[in-house]
Amino acid sequence: MIRYFLNIVFMLAFALSGVQFAQADDDAFGQLVEQLGGSNLRNKVQVIEQIAALEDERALPVLEALMNNALYQRKSDNQFVFAADEDKQLRLTSVVSGEDLGLASSRDVRKVITNNSLRSQTRTLVAVTRLHSKKNEVKLAAVSELLKSPDASFLAPLDAAIAEEKNPSVLKALQVARGAILLGNESEVERLKAVKAMDGYNSKQVLTLLQAQLDVESSELVRKEINDVLGGLKRAETGYKFVEDLFFGLSLGSVLLLAAVGLAITFGVMGVINMAHGEMIMLGAYTTYVVQLLMPNHIEASLIVAVPAAFLVAGLMGVIIERGVIRFLYGRPLETLLATFGISLILQQLVRSVFSPLNRSVITPQWMSGSWEINGFLSLTYNRMYIVLFALAVLFGLMLLLKKSYFGLQMRAVTQNRAMASSMGIRTGWVDAMTFGLGSGIAGIAGVALSQLTNVGPNLGQSYIIDSFMVVVFGGVGNLWGTFVAAMGLGVANKFIEPLSGAVLAKILILVFIIMFIQRRPRGLFALKGRFVEG
Amino acid sequence: MPANSRLAWLLNDVAGKRLLAVVLAITVLVPILNLAVPADSFFHVPTYWVSLLGKYLCFALLALAVDLIWGYCGILSLGHGAFFALGGYAMGMYLMRQIGDRGVYGNPLLPDFMVFLNWQELPWYWYGFDNFAFAMLMVLLVPGILAFVFGWLTFRSRVTGVYLSIITQAMTYALMLAFFQNDMGFGGNNGLTDFKDILGFNLHADNTKVALYVLSGVALMIGYLLCRFVVSSKLGRVLVSIRDAESRTRFVGYRVEHYKLFVFVLSAMLAGVAGALYVPQVGIINPGEFSPINSIEIIIWVAVGGRGLLYGAVIGAILVNYGKTYFTGAFPEVWLFMLGGLFVVSTLFLPQGVVGVVQQWKQKRAERKAFKQVTPSASPQAKPDSSTAAVETAS
Repeated sequence: MIRYFLNIVFMLAFALSGVQFAQADDDAFGQLVEQLGGSNLRNKVQVIEQIAALEDERALPVLEALMNNALYQRKSDNQFVFAADEDKQLRLTSVVSGEDLGLASSRDVRKVITNNSLRSQTRTLVAVTRLHSKKNEVKLAAVSELLKSPDASFLAPLDAAIAEEKNPSVLKALQVARGAILLGNESEVERLKAVKAMDGYNSKQVLTLLQAQLDVESSELVRKEINDVLGGLKRAETGYKFVEDLFFGLSLGSVLLLAAVGLAITFGVMGVINMAHGEMIMLGAYTTYVVQLLMPNHIEASLIVAVPAAFLVAGLMGVIIERGVIRFLYGRPLETLLATFGISLILQQLVRSVFSPLNRSVITPQWMSGSWEINGFLSLTYNRMYIVLFALAVLFGLMLLLKKSYFGLQMRAVTQNRAMASSMGIRTGWVDAMTFGLGSGIAGIAGVALSQLTNVGPNLGQSYIIDSFMVVVFGGVGNLWGTFVAAMGLGVANKFIEPLSGAVLAKILILVFIIMFIQRRPRGLFALKGRFVEG
Repeated sequence: MPANSRLAWLLNDVAGKRLLAVVLAITVLVPILNLAVPADSFFHVPTYWVSLLGKYLCFALLALAVDLIWGYCGILSLGHGAFFALGGYAMGMYLMRQIGDRGVYGNPLLPDFMVFLNWQELPWYWYGFDNFAFAMLMVLLVPGILAFVFGWLTFRSRVTGVYLSIITQAMTYALMLAFFQNDMGFGGNNGLTDFKDILGFNLHADNTKVALYVLSGVALMIGYLLCRFVVSSKLGRVLVSIRDAESRTRFVGYRVEHYKLFVFVLSAMLAGVAGALYVPQVGIINPGEFSPINSIEIIIWVAVGGRGLLYGAVIGAILVNYGKTYFTGAFPEVWLFMLGGLFVVSTLFLPQGVVGVVQQWKQKRAERKAFKQVTPSASPQAKPDSSTAAVETAS
């Protein structure tokens, strides 16, 4: 869809910018590309140099394809094409016109012949072409390539690029790349300059380059400078590592928060042990899957539809469970635990029978994938950022509902004194059902979020139920702030213990910690003040 | 009935005596039907069934252990599978050491999985497990000590009810994660298996299997007598009062946590014994036994049978497990629906389990009889019906 659209826009732009001029340009490019066929490799070297010299927008893709062995010729008309895998077939795109040529089998095309020396020539040309690109991202990518294998042959194009660069951050990157090349220089002064140029550029590649240089460096002066720069970089790395761990911890905490906050309502406010809570999360995740099946052409919007849908599905199921089973068991928490556990088994098997026991794949929309590269040491993935924001929004919305709405008022009244609330005219049975539905619905919303992080399968819920209970109990029953602090605290603690002990041991340590913690404070971090008599 | 005699605790337990008689009968009969009756006879019991029944008996012992704390002391442990599995692992370690150099790698000292992981020497906690007596001591001590430490911390700080259930579940979950680790030295994912023999007897021989079966039956009977003795003693009455009103018992002057700790440790040891008998009969122990769902399943055996009766737990364990064997074989899709349904139905409609239903029905019948004896001419038409019903049930 989008590709067709872009093609049309592209062509229109061409048409407007002067057909004749474009035509002439097109011819030069087209003719050069034509010469890439055949097996005369020496000729090809000249051809690619000429292509690169054309300053044509289409030159870079051709060179990149040649470098990655992805440039083909169609057998039927010897047209040059790009080929990308799609459904076990190849989608062909014309090199010259950019036109989509449809799907083809791998037998319909012939690979353009290259060899190692041609490919390395191409790599150089690609780097140079990228350095002269108009886009900053392309330039930065070229620098990152250069840092992988600094080579003196890039020095001249780099200097040219530095001379005309205006953007300070790109300029710095270009200078770092220049420094990386000059590290191998024979002159001590040049090496010293090179190291100085690298100071303060946060990149893992620079770190390894300097580390390697330190081993072979003969000059004491340069060694000292390298040590200085390395020290600064390492401090920055530790700092950013801390920020990254913190962010990962917070995102893990947000997942825990989403999973647990529904439980905090049903367990915390109503005192009902809902072992089927995990299955409500699972239902939410499957709702996302079904929503995507129903609207395959609007995947981008599917999550926005899935959130209310999952809330309704899981919430409805919650109301059914409350009216059908739980209301007969109020005041008998252990029996409730067993009955809801039975329900969780039934729901799991139901999903297994309906959707198959295999994991289902939920597509991540474009706007949630990718990451935000802050610098060479720190990049934050978008899906985790959205989860953190989403969890906070859910928590905030829930608090607002409890504190400000009429329904929240009724709910709190029933929690605090059922008999009194009833005699004031509140339909306690209805409030119970709605509260349980609310808790379950929020679990369903959590399922939508989790479907973006983990596999959607019948066991999805089981893996979260124990964690959720831990969070609620740790935070203190009946206290949403407690749940929030507990979830974030456990998430961050988990992430910081993990590198020291390994993921599984970290989890075990957290569990042991919570078991010990409950011994000390049986009513959690933020216990409700007051006197308690056992029920 | 001689209510004042020293054996009153046993003699007054009519249902228990019946149960013991049944267990004794099948413990004696099944081996005879397996070994003495020719294989083509109608009465022959295949060895497969002997092992299966032996497994049920182990589960019954485990259910008994859970009923002791849940039915009589109100401690709903969702982690009893952990004690069962620990007993099983202790036994499994002994059986592993018995393999000697007959393993795939032929290493006389190290079990196969350690050779596979390139371990050079036996970890210290495997020492002594080549000795049967030491291993059996560990079967009791390891679950016992874990229960003691866990219980001591928990009961002392008065963690009760649902909180207790959830942290016992966390305990077994943590243990499961730990035992899945390869570097723990317990075989990781695969657990311990490929056992060859026990005390020099081949584990795959019919005679050994029958002997293990008989041992399970005997263990169940001894376990039952032990539990009955405990709950009928003065201590048992304190336990029941803790179940019904913990604070009041504490105010009256009993050290509630000591009583709870005692019965919790005893129960964990019984579970350990059940696990130790289970492992040689099924031939494998792996970390899956620690999974929280296993522990919850034990609870449902007790709930279905009827808790707080002891014999109810035994009946429930055998009934549910027979159902599981049958349904997972015949309709594998349906089993989880069945199990889930059992949880819901037994909590909603059978608060006293199957035994409770039978008792209620008996009581009603007795009331009706008593009513009829008082007013013999009240309903002459109904009389033939009820008498035939009584005859039918009596036969």
